[in-house]
Amino acid sequence: MNGAASFALVDEADGRVLRLQGPYLLSTVGAVDAHLHDLKGDVAAVDLSQVTAIDTVGAWVAHTLSLRLNGPITGADDRAARLIDAVSAAPMDGVTPSRHLPVWQRVPQRMGELVVEFFAGLLGVLGFLGQIILAAGAIIRHPRRFRGKALVRQMEQVGVSALPIVGLMSFLIGIVIAQQGAVQLAQFGAETLTVNLVGRITLRELGVLMTAIMVAGRSGSAFAAQLGTMKLTEEIDAMRTIGISPIEALVIPRILAAVLVMPLLGFYACVVAIVGGAVIADLSLGIPFQSFLLRIRDVVPTYDLWVGLIKAPVFGLIIALSGCYQGMQVKGNSEEVGMRTTTAVVAAIFMVIVLDAFFAVFFTNVGWG
Amino acid sequence: MQEEDTVAENATAEYPIVVEGLVNRFGDQTVHDGLDLTVRRGEILGVVGGSGTGKSVLMRSIIGLQAPAGGDIRVFGRSITDRAPDEVLGVRDRWGVLFQGGALFSTLTVGENVEVPLKQFYGDIDDKLRHEIARYKVMMSGLPEEAVAKFPAELSGGMKKRAGLARALALDPELLFLDEPTAGLDPIGAAAFDRLIAELQETLGLTVFLITHDLDTLHEICDRVAVLADKRVIAVDTVPNLMRLDHPWINEYFNGPRGRAALTAQALDELRRHMDKPVAANAVKVLDNAPQRGA
Repeated sequence: MNGAASFALVDEADGRVLRLQGPYLLSTVGAVDAHLHDLKGDVAAVDLSQVTAIDTVGAWVAHTLSLRLNGPITGADDRAARLIDAVSAAPMDGVTPSRHLPVWQRVPQRMGELVVEFFAGLLGVLGFLGQIILAAGAIIRHPRRFRGKALVRQMEQVGVSALPIVGLMSFLIGIVIAQQGAVQLAQFGAETLTVNLVGRITLRELGVLMTAIMVAGRSGSAFAAQLGTMKLTEEIDAMRTIGISPIEALVIPRILAAVLVMPLLGFYACVVAIVGGAVIADLSLGIPFQSFLLRIRDVVPTYDLWVGLIKAPVFGLIIALSGCYQGMQVKGNSEEVGMRTTTAVVAAIFMVIVLDAFFAVFFTNVGWG
Repeated sequence: MQEEDTVAENATAEYPIVVEGLVNRFGDQTVHDGLDLTVRRGEILGVVGGSGTGKSVLMRSIIGLQAPAGGDIRVFGRSITDRAPDEVLGVRDRWGVLFQGGALFSTLTVGENVEVPLKQFYGDIDDKLRHEIARYKVMMSGLPEEAVAKFPAELSGGMKKRAGLARALALDPELLFLDEPTAGLDPIGAAAFDRLIAELQETLGLTVFLITHDLDTLHEICDRVAVLADKRVIAVDTVPNLMRLDHPWINEYFNGPRGRAALTAQALDELRRHMDKPVAANAVKVLDNAPQRGA
């Protein structure tokens, strides 16, 4: 097993003979292969009698040399002959493993794919929405098919178990807004307006928006991963064969849960954020906790609450729709579950922010400025 | 001292895998309790046992994926048990493993899958030769050439197993681990896979550790069979010898309806194989001549 592979060209009676020497193994061939490639011209024979050890790689090298240099293989022992026989079924030139195209082909191809995928995705989402509406219609006509337990379970997952993290996040956001707002407003001697700032911005925008982002990260991803995995393990196909519509059993409860829970979570987030603002105002601005809360009642118009609460279920719908749609699109391998989950979350957050901008303009124009 | 080393070396050469007193526990559940097993060089060892007797756990322990609670495992004379899973590199390029589902890397083509171990251990081999090696390995495993550039998701179950086998053979290993290679294949595909394993074993001089449920595989290609029951290996022997043993599980296994069917099939096969051999041909000749002699 020791030593390195080498070779020699020897002139013999019947012409030039290529004599391979030493071990021709996977571990030794790498060093000698390049030199063997440089050999030109025909030989009378490729002689293996001085090869001390050989495996299939060595056999392949000998085989290709023999074909390329037009010399038959001689001096092969039993094992070498058997191995050469085994590898010689493969052609010398053929399909290469890599399927990667060169950059100038890959970039336009990928762009084309993206455009096609975009429109296909648009169609897909529309189709999915249609399926959901049909399934919802079926449930309304046959209320017994409605899965109450699944809905409650999903509401627990999306809502109740999100309370601690949403609460903590909102509390900190309230603190940050109050603290940073106070620093800026102090320049005009208007620290008291911190109350307006915290109250209005959390109720109108940040409370619901941040909750939506958190829910997209927690539950939108979970929807996509759960449904995607069920798709891979053929659970969804199994449901279909039993006569259960996966849309009715899996998608509707999730969407309904998100739509119902989002306003509650959003409202809870607003309340906690205001409390956070009040705490920091009490500690560092000298506005007593109770008067902060009382001021909120005076300076925040009720429609600010409605603005937040109207947006919340829409955001919930988008998050759940995105998660379920991507989950149901999984096919093939486990890698796709991860990819679809990421897409679900990114698309949901993006759509939520875009819609939030529309809502902001809309509500201002209808006089709820 | 030196003498001892050579003795150990010889023993190693003779027995690539030695398992002594293996103990595996998951929580309160003991899977193996003092399991002993030696695998001889150049044999195909079948491992059988009911579901949950820890066949796969045994294999995972031997290849170092599962740290055992006790006992010693030596592969090529090196202890696997006292190392971290990513450490024992001196041994890893001498074995190949075929997992149950193929375990191909799904983002790579079949050819690239075969190239992964080559790149990992022998970076000095140039791209062209590596592509060629991948191609002939894929074809040796009984796949068409086009399969080289296909992704695992585009292959059928049987083809995935063959592709997995090609990757397991990438480094010209001395030792091959197969976890239920014929599970999920149709009988024709399974028989073909059995033949492939037997052929490769003979051509490449492999030692094969084969977990299986397939009685046909046991009868056709296994030199010896290890039976796992009662948390240890209760017997290692050839199939005919095992069938003579008086153990309820072994009896049930080999003499049950499926066991007998596999045996009949094998006997018929054996007969057919001998039909075109000289002995059989002579016998036929003798029979042909007999009446003339009588006359």
